[in-house]
Amino acid sequence: MTTSTAVSRGAEQGTPDRQNTLAGTGMLVRFMLRRDRIRIPVWMAVIVLLTLSVNGSWEETYGTAGELREIAQTLDSPAMIAMAGVNYAGVEATTYGALMGQQMFWSTLIAVGIMSILLLVRHTRAEEEANRAELVRANVVGRHAYLTAALTVVGIANLGIGLLMAVGLGAMGVPTIDWPGSWLYGAGHVVVGMAFAAVAAVTVQITEYSRGAAGMAFGVLGAAYALRAMGDVGENVLNWFSPLGWAQETRVYVEDRWWPLLFVVVAVVLAGVAYHLSTRRDVGSGLRASRAGTPVASRALVTPIGFAMRLHRGLMIGFGVAVALLGLAYGSVLGSAEQLVEDLDAYQDMLEGMAGSAIEAFGATILTIMALIASIYVVLAMQRPRGEETSGRAEPVLSTAASRTRWLGSHVAVAIGGSVVMLLAIAVAFGAAGAASVGEGELFGRLATGALAYVPALWLTIGVAVALLGWLPRAVVLTWVIPVYGIIVIYLGGLFQFPDWLNNLSPFGHVPQMPSDDFRLTPLLILTAVAAVLIALGLYGFRQRDLDVK
Amino acid sequence: MTTAIDVTGLVKTFGQTRALNGLNLHVETGEVHGFLGPNGAGKSTTIRVLLGLLRSDSGRAVVLDGDPWTDAVALHKRLAYVPGDVELWPNLTGGEAIDLLGRLRGGLNEARREELIERFALDPSKKGRTYSKGNRQKVAIISALASDVELLILDEPTAGLDPLMETVFQDFIRQAKAEGRTVLLSSHILAQVEKLCDKISIIRQGEVVQSGTLTEMRHLTRTTVEVETAEPASGLEELPGIHDLEAQNGRLRFAVDGEHLDGVVRQLTRFGIRALTSHPPTLEELMLRHYGDELQSNGSGRHAASRGKAGETT
Repeated sequence: MTTSTAVSRGAEQGTPDRQNTLAGTGMLVRFMLRRDRIRIPVWMAVIVLLTLSVNGSWEETYGTAGELREIAQTLDSPAMIAMAGVNYAGVEATTYGALMGQQMFWSTLIAVGIMSILLLVRHTRAEEEANRAELVRANVVGRHAYLTAALTVVGIANLGIGLLMAVGLGAMGVPTIDWPGSWLYGAGHVVVGMAFAAVAAVTVQITEYSRGAAGMAFGVLGAAYALRAMGDVGENVLNWFSPLGWAQETRVYVEDRWWPLLFVVVAVVLAGVAYHLSTRRDVGSGLRASRAGTPVASRALVTPIGFAMRLHRGLMIGFGVAVALLGLAYGSVLGSAEQLVEDLDAYQDMLEGMAGSAIEAFGATILTIMALIASIYVVLAMQRPRGEETSGRAEPVLSTAASRTRWLGSHVAVAIGGSVVMLLAIAVAFGAAGAASVGEGELFGRLATGALAYVPALWLTIGVAVALLGWLPRAVVLTWVIPVYGIIVIYLGGLFQFPDWLNNLSPFGHVPQMPSDDFRLTPLLILTAVAAVLIALGLYGFRQRDLDVK
Repeated sequence: MTTAIDVTGLVKTFGQTRALNGLNLHVETGEVHGFLGPNGAGKSTTIRVLLGLLRSDSGRAVVLDGDPWTDAVALHKRLAYVPGDVELWPNLTGGEAIDLLGRLRGGLNEARREELIERFALDPSKKGRTYSKGNRQKVAIISALASDVELLILDEPTAGLDPLMETVFQDFIRQAKAEGRTVLLSSHILAQVEKLCDKISIIRQGEVVQSGTLTEMRHLTRTTVEVETAEPASGLEELPGIHDLEAQNGRLRFAVDGEHLDGVVRQLTRFGIRALTSHPPTLEELMLRHYGDELQSNGSGRHAASRGKAGETT
């Protein structure tokens, strides 16, 4: 199993033995498009339709100039700038286009980033991991065909999104959402999508596990998001180190600058690195040969809880480091919120002393966002027992004296502990960096408590996952609804003034928003109790049902 | 004699599919019991019901005097299981997986673990992802055999093992039998079952269609003989124990019951044997007896019957 290609057409015909490293690319592209004939259109439809429907609602929701200015003012806060971006037109001169660039652009940019990473990993490393690539590569398929075909397919998906978006937005004819801006809006998505496809092209060379490759690429996406936020809130150059920053710095529909998209050259360089790295490894392996491990198990491993811990270790450490870094990043710009408030048009008329509450509101929103990110960890962790079951690895374990309750309970216990670890990491990192950047030591306690107040909400998320595992195992993936819904509510809720009950549907809506709100224990106790009931129900259901075997 | 496994009238359905259709299975304590049947006949489903991983719709299953569903944990301390398709954890070494499964079962015999690792030539320090199919099977086999348990439930355990390792496996199963353990061995390999098993049950479409000792199922152990003689051989059809006689270009092909082999060979020597090959019935041939009607009805029965190859019985 080396990287040497199958006999190329050229060699077959007796021509010089230069290998055609791209042989078979066209066929692979068609094959990948065939495999994704549902997946890619769904991604495209969701991203484009979301954009067009928001675009269609501007005039209805904010019909008058006054209403428009009012919402622009509300959104012109440090928290919104950190979360979404800058309104480059300014509050007074705000337009629908400017709001599109501030409020909508970032979210679909991240969506195309996620799509590009998932698609690229799916067609490269995941195929190698499943040993299918070996089967295909044994035919007339060149060394670089797989990567080239995958990049082409991701490119087609991104181009499709960019084109549909540009045409749709331009054709809708909403005032200030004009054709030139719409072309730029679409092009921004293509550039960001391809940048993260290139990142993933590199990470799939490094590790032999598709999950690890996707994780690394998502780490880069998270860093890109944090850098963009730090740059915008701190009013410095950090956002230029982020592909998201390049797109948002086009100041679409306001100044329509094309030149920031020239940074796409970074993506080209990354792709080149990926091609180079791919020649330095064997099919199926990573850049480093896998090392030998210990021939005997440690005492800690051979209990259900120790074993679950081992399976979750990588995710817990990786995610913990990621949220800690994000906490440090957000915390370090907390102090800038004060300066930013003074710069923002919206606050210019306000009295001195409002800066303090602006910092608190900023802190509270950031904590909610980070808690929602921590809930992604919980969802991922709770997919593990299901993955063990469907892969057939749970079967031999459950044929030992480990009971089903202990087996699933161990995964639950690790996720319960892991959720505390995530929030502790956020509490310490965001609290310390935030208190330091504001210069108020006592802020640490309030920020840290605010972070830990989300523990019961994460436990409830675990509860939902366990209940599904017990009774509707195939629906475990629906646990994703919780973080996704939470993000939609806090984000679009602010933009379109959702009623309270929509917010209350999310467990995160019941957590006191510290440090701007006061600490309240009752909702946390209720959340914990609901979580406990759901977990108990799930464990009971899991004991009653057939194991899903391969 | 006491009973290790007693199953009566077991039914298990998956949606529209009736995987087990009133299955009966009886395994005595201390015996090695062969469980034969083609893919999809219900062997693995039966085993998973015996392990309490699946719950039967109706019927009664008793394993080591316990109910496999309600007493799962207590029973699992006394048995070990090897699945037919072992999946390992990519980031755990083979040695760790052996210890994990063994200790979760209640403990491993360390000395036996070392002996098994050496005899099966397994490198226990490699990560799960890097093992081949055969080596993954070894991990599960070693873990099961190193456990001091009363009952071994083995579901096509040697799929993917090379012939050398197959021999090692057979040695250890004989040893387990000598120690008085009970073995339920599901297999495709009739030679393996023949060498190891005291009793055999043949399963078809979720039912056991035949069960008994090898002697009782004597007609299942017919040897297929192909012989080329100097003069055309005659009179064979009148000999006892001869079946399916065919003559082709001076070559004869027939099946003969083991006890009559001697008489048949005596008869053949009179015509001057030039070449003689013989092989025990393959699973394919055996199965044809129970499945032949299905194959016949779609016209492929004869074809399949004439393809019994010695290679399958290694």
